[in-house]
Amino acid sequence: MGVAVLLKQVPDTTAKISVSGSRVDESAITKWSISPYDEYALESAIALKESGADELVAITCGPQRASKCLTEAAAVGADRLIHIVTDADFMDSCTVQSILSSAIERSECDIVLCGKQAADTNSGSTGPGVASLLGYSCVGSVTEVSMDGGKLSATRLGATGLERIEVSGPCLLTFDKGEVELRRPNVRGIMMAKKKPIESIGVEDLGIEIGSPRASLQSHSSPPDKPPGQKFEGAGSIEVVVGKLRDEANVI
Amino acid sequence: MDVVIISEAGNESLHPVTAQLVGASSSIGGKISVICPGGIGSSEAAMIAGVSKVISVEGDCFASYDCMAWCNAILPFIDGDLVMTSSSAIGREISAAIAAKKDFPVVQDITSLNDGISVSRSIFSGKAIEEVGVSLPCALSVRANTFQPAEGGGNAEITTINVSQEVSVAVKEALAKAGERLDVAEANIVISGGRGMGDPSNFSHLYDVAEEIGAAVGASRAAVDTWEEIPHSMQVGQTGKTVTPSLYIAVGISGAIQHLAGMRSSKYILAINKDPEAPIFGVADYGIVATWEESIPALKEHLSAVMSD
Ligand SMILES: Cc1cc2nc3c(=O)[nH]c(=O)nc-3n(C[C@H](O)[C@H](O)[C@H](O)COP(=O)(O)OP(=O)(O)OC[C@H]3O[C@@H](n4cnc5c(N)ncnc54)[C@H](O)[C@@H]3O)c2cc1C
Repeated sequence: MGVAVLLKQVPDTTAKISVSGSRVDESAITKWSISPYDEYALESAIALKESGADELVAITCGPQRASKCLTEAAAVGADRLIHIVTDADFMDSCTVQSILSSAIERSECDIVLCGKQAADTNSGSTGPGVASLLGYSCVGSVTEVSMDGGKLSATRLGATGLERIEVSGPCLLTFDKGEVELRRPNVRGIMMAKKKPIESIGVEDLGIEIGSPRASLQSHSSPPDKPPGQKFEGAGSIEVVVGKLRDEANVI
Repeated sequence: MDVVIISEAGNESLHPVTAQLVGASSSIGGKISVICPGGIGSSEAAMIAGVSKVISVEGDCFASYDCMAWCNAILPFIDGDLVMTSSSAIGREISAAIAAKKDFPVVQDITSLNDGISVSRSIFSGKAIEEVGVSLPCALSVRANTFQPAEGGGNAEITTINVSQEVSVAVKEALAKAGERLDVAEANIVISGGRGMGDPSNFSHLYDVAEEIGAAVGASRAAVDTWEEIPHSMQVGQTGKTVTPSLYIAVGISGAIQHLAGMRSSKYILAINKDPEAPIFGVADYGIVATWEESIPALKEHLSAVMSD
C-alpha cells in the first residue's frame, strides 16, 4: 500500500507580499517553503511509512523552484519524487485537481495526504476535489493518523471537537496542525536527498489539456490601509479607551 | 441562473450564515433553492425571504460527517448553475467536492460577489486581495459576516427526501468536546492571550473579561504550544483560526506576522502590551502600553460599567 503526499511550495509565512501593477510581485519574495499544513501531512506520511506502508511518494505541481519541496521531503524519508512542472501563475481548481489526480493515479497510491489549505491561496479546495475525482473517501482537518491492519484510524477536528474516526478503502486526508512535532532532516538524509532523482513530468505528458480557464485572475491588490491607531500609556488610560470603544468604534 | 445553497448547520439548527448566502446571491438574481443536509434547519430556511424551494435531504448517513457520503447523498438534488456554501471547514469541503463531481470550478471564501461573475477574496492570509472572474456553472464558498443576510418572512415549500447512502468514515470516539465555550471563529468579540500572560492559569482573567462582554477567548501559537491547558482550537493565526470579529483584544501578544494573518481583518483591534515597540501596535486601532496585570482588572471594571449603562 503506497502513500502519496501532496506538497505545495508557497512564499514563506514571514515573506512580505507586495503588489505592483495589479499582480503580486513574485520576484520580491526571497524565501519559499513547503506550505505549513502540508508539512503536517508529510510528517504523518512518514509515520505511516514507519508503521508499514510500502512506499512514500511526494508530489508537487509548480515551477522549477518547487522541486526543492521534494528534495526536502526526500531528506525526511520520501522514496519517490514526482514534479509536475508548470509555469502557469494561476490555475483554476479544475486544472489543478485533474493534474494532481492523474499524478496520484500514476503513483498507484491509495492513501493520499495533503494540507487542509495552502498558505498562499488559502482555499482548501484541492484535497476534497482530488478525492472526488479519484473516487476516494475524504477526511478533513486530521491531526494524527495511524494504520491498524487495513484500516486507517485518524484524529480529526470535527464540528463538535476532536474525534477519532476510522476510514476504510482508498482515502485522502487533509491535515491541520495538531500536537505532532515536525521532524528535522539529519545530515545523512540531506546528502541522500540531493542524489534522489526527481521525475519531472509536463502537464501534457499526463494527457491533460489546459483549455481556456473557467476561473481566471483579474487582479491583485493590497488590503486597504488602516488609519494609524491611537496609543496610550499605562493602565490609567483604560477608562478612556473603553469610552472610545463605545462611542467612537461602537463595538460594545 | 439558478442558485443552489447548501445550508450550514450549527447546534442542531440553521446557522445564521445561511441567510447571508441568500442575501449574497439575491444581488445577482435567479431562483434560489436551499438544500439542508440531514434536514437540519429546513423549517428556518423556508422562512428566509427570497428562497423559492427547500429540499430537506435526510438519512442515516447524516448522523456524523463523511464528506463524500454527504456529497453523494445531496448531489442528485443539485439543479442549478451556482452552488454556494459557507466557507467553514465543512462548507469548503462540500463546495470543493461537489464542484469536482460536477466538473465546476470552485472559488473559496469570497468576500464580494458581482454580476458577471467576479468575486474577490483574501489571499496570503490577508496580505493581499485577489479578484477572480468565474464562468458559470461554478461553486463558491462565502465568508461569514461579509454579506447582508436576507430578511425573514418567506414561506418556501419544503420537500423532504429520504436517501440511503453508504458511509466509509466512522466516528469511533469523541476525544475532546469543543466545549460550551464560544468559538473564536464565531464570536463578535475575541480576547486573546499570548506568552505574555506568563502562566495558563492567568487566562482566567481573560475569561472574566470575556464574560462581561460575551467574547470568546483565543490565544497565540506560543501560548498554545507552551501550555497544554490552552488547546489548539483557541489558536488564532496562520496555522490557527482566521477571525474577523468587530473587536479583537490582544493581550501579551507580540504581533508576529503569522498571528496578524489570523486577525488583522478584525474591524477594531485593541492591543495591551508592556513593550511599546511590540509590532502588534502597528495594526492596533487602540494600543495600551501596560502590563496585563495592571490593565485587565481595570478593563473588566470599566467594561462592566459601560455594559450596565
Ligand atoms: C509556519 C508558522 C506558523 C505560525 N502560525 C502561528 C499562528 O497561527 N498563530 C500565532 O499566534 N503564531 C504563529 N506562529 C508563531 C509566531 O511566529 C510567534 O512565535 C507567536 O505568534 C508568538 O506568540 P506571542 O505573541 O504570544 O509570544 P511572544 O512573541 O513571546 O510575545 C509575548 C509578548 O507579551 C508581552 N508581555 C510580556 N509580559 C507581559 C505582561 N506582563 N503584560 C503585557 N504584555 C506582556 C511581550 O512584550 C511580548 O510582546 C507561527 C510560526 C510559524 C513559523
